[in-house]
Amino acid sequence: MTEHTYLEALNLAMHEEFARDPGVVVFGEDVGGDKGGVFGATKGLAAAFGDQRVFNSPLGESGIAGLAIGLGLMGHHAIAEFQFADYILPAVNQIMSEAARMRYRTAGDWTAPIVFRTPYGGGVHGGFYHSQTTDKVFAGQPGLRIVTPSTVYDAKGLLKAAIRSEDPVLFYEHKRLYRSLKADIPDEDYVVPLDKAQVLQQGDDITVMAYGTMLQHALNAAKALQAEDISTEVVDLRTLYPLDQETILAAAKKTGKVLLISEDTKEASIINNVAAIIAEQALFDLDAPVQQLAGPLAPGMSYALEDEFLVSAEQVQAAMRELAQF
Amino acid sequence: MKTIELKMPQLGESVTEGVLTSWLVKAGDEIAQYDPVAEVENDKVVTEIPASEGGTVKELLVQENETVPVDAPIMTLTVAGEATEAAAKPAPQAPEKVTEETPATVTQSNEPEKPKPEPAAGQPRFSPAVLSLAQAHDIDLNHLTGTGKHQRITRKDVQRAIEQKAAAPTTEASKPAPTKPAKPAAPKPAAKSADDSQAVPASNIRKTIARNMLQSVHEIPQAWTMIEVDVTNLAALRNQNKAAFKADAGFSLSYFPFFVKAVAQSLKRHQRLNSSWQDNQIIHHDDINLGIAVATDDALYVPVIKHADRLSIAGIAHEINRLATSVREGKLTAADMSGGTFTVNNTGSFGSVASMGIINYPQAAILQVETIRREVAVTKDNQIGIRQKVNLCLTLDHRLLDGLAAGHFLNDLKQILENYQVDTEIY
Repeated sequence: MTEHTYLEALNLAMHEEFARDPGVVVFGEDVGGDKGGVFGATKGLAAAFGDQRVFNSPLGESGIAGLAIGLGLMGHHAIAEFQFADYILPAVNQIMSEAARMRYRTAGDWTAPIVFRTPYGGGVHGGFYHSQTTDKVFAGQPGLRIVTPSTVYDAKGLLKAAIRSEDPVLFYEHKRLYRSLKADIPDEDYVVPLDKAQVLQQGDDITVMAYGTMLQHALNAAKALQAEDISTEVVDLRTLYPLDQETILAAAKKTGKVLLISEDTKEASIINNVAAIIAEQALFDLDAPVQQLAGPLAPGMSYALEDEFLVSAEQVQAAMRELAQF
Repeated sequence: MKTIELKMPQLGESVTEGVLTSWLVKAGDEIAQYDPVAEVENDKVVTEIPASEGGTVKELLVQENETVPVDAPIMTLTVAGEATEAAAKPAPQAPEKVTEETPATVTQSNEPEKPKPEPAAGQPRFSPAVLSLAQAHDIDLNHLTGTGKHQRITRKDVQRAIEQKAAAPTTEASKPAPTKPAKPAAPKPAAKSADDSQAVPASNIRKTIARNMLQSVHEIPQAWTMIEVDVTNLAALRNQNKAAFKADAGFSLSYFPFFVKAVAQSLKRHQRLNSSWQDNQIIHHDDINLGIAVATDDALYVPVIKHADRLSIAGIAHEINRLATSVREGKLTAADMSGGTFTVNNTGSFGSVASMGIINYPQAAILQVETIRREVAVTKDNQIGIRQKVNLCLTLDHRLLDGLAAGHFLNDLKQILENYQVDTEIY
């Protein structure tokens, strides 16, 4: 076991997978050379594995995605980095129409074994274009998988599993967690399943489901609320599409009181889909209306209004207390 | 032209559903306003549902013998007139949530949507989890105290009740049956079992009687007392009027109206008997509405003589005759069945000399009038004579009545009955 940050765990995962599989390549804006990406996620990779496998791309996201698809067809496992999740939008057509549909359109003859890595989320005063959560744009596209690690352990294990996948994985990394999250993780090789949510803490009064920094708020609030005799089941959604219905339903039924948290705007969000699953399949176990705590209906997020936009730790704790008392 | 819905009407106090026993119209029929469209059986009454408007029957929405909650649509009707927006939408739309209409201000929208506040008074609302758990484990939610917001009963409250029930199975077994009536099963042919006994599905009315009896016995601590009354004079009074009354009214004058009249008079003096116990309060009823038990072959009905204290003996006789005839002909209305404040039961009519009635919930007491019999007795002037005697048996709710109050009521009743004279006016 060695202590690593979330960012180091991602870097470690790529080093290990590059060493394991010579077909793995990574590219994107500023990922190559000594820089190793604007956040340093790919630092050291170029030195270790060469410019042929670790290289910079032009400023054109559609091209980044298209190259990844082509490399996949040629037998590579491409890691395509979008510098910010806000920048991914020009690549939507390549990702949805080509990558996500490849296996289906070719009746299984061809696949798109790609990891689209991208940092998302607010809390780093990045302002608009560097703070949004764009995962919901892709949720609901058959053939595509969206995952996000919210622990250091998962950062390594989930990325390794994504790289080994034969189908495209949209891999969202919360940039606020890059350096703020530290934990001891195993030095050896391990993977985390791409289709499973995870119960991080058991409880029997309320169930909170979240991911990213909201999950950290929930874990902290759950600890604080123990003093008020409120016992919280905390679920890391982890797999944003398709959702892990089994884990979601079990956790929802366990307490009958569910709070879903997203830092994205609530409308058409990932947590909307979670709420729908619970409404359809757990009605008779519900003891309170399913609660959704999310960002306001406004573009996220202005540099000046970042603190106002983001759901705060206090709001999370208040919502959890209120649900427990309901 | 527009389409309107006819709904299951409210057929009596505390009635929440009824069985639509038969349709009197079919799709395509032209009907006039107030035409009966269906028969509904509920809580002892069969009622016809009238059309609220005239028009053409479009669609029948429920099957015969289906149980339908009050206010649920039962049929659609095409009527003349412009289709209004309201008519086009069968159900009123829930109001839009304000939070979604308001331009999002940052602080406001970050709030989670609040759980809807429970109504402070009135009907409690239960979450799906609470209801389904309570049903699965036969927990009466009326007996639970809620620990949630606004005393809401939470899932944990029910789970605690289930654990307690498991811990004390014997006491729990005597708890009242669920007050909500089970859905009546569709009538099935009697099934013959191995030991030659037959299972016959109970009728809706039988089930209602069963439920009411259980509720009364489970909830009311019932005490019983009996007095003997000399009704020799009453019998003479009746004999005096019998022939003329029959000629005038067309039916016989029985003893029962004399007793009903006397009960009304005594109740006027003893309001505690004309009360009910509700949620730790004693509700005194100003009206004296006397239920009278009328039996048919397979059921017992308790139609109500409204304002019995305002009627003469003859008036009561007419009202009893009207109600008994309605019962026999199945024409009793919901109004005839509702509003009773005290019940008088003519058990003497089938020869009983003493019986313990079960209180007609939630009334305070029930009086049984037994058979009038002749016996040798010591008269007031210490002679031996043949007197006509009757036993009156009173079952009382011991929560709101003690033996003393009941005794005073019975004593006055006895006085009134014994003071009937051969020339007492019956009209």
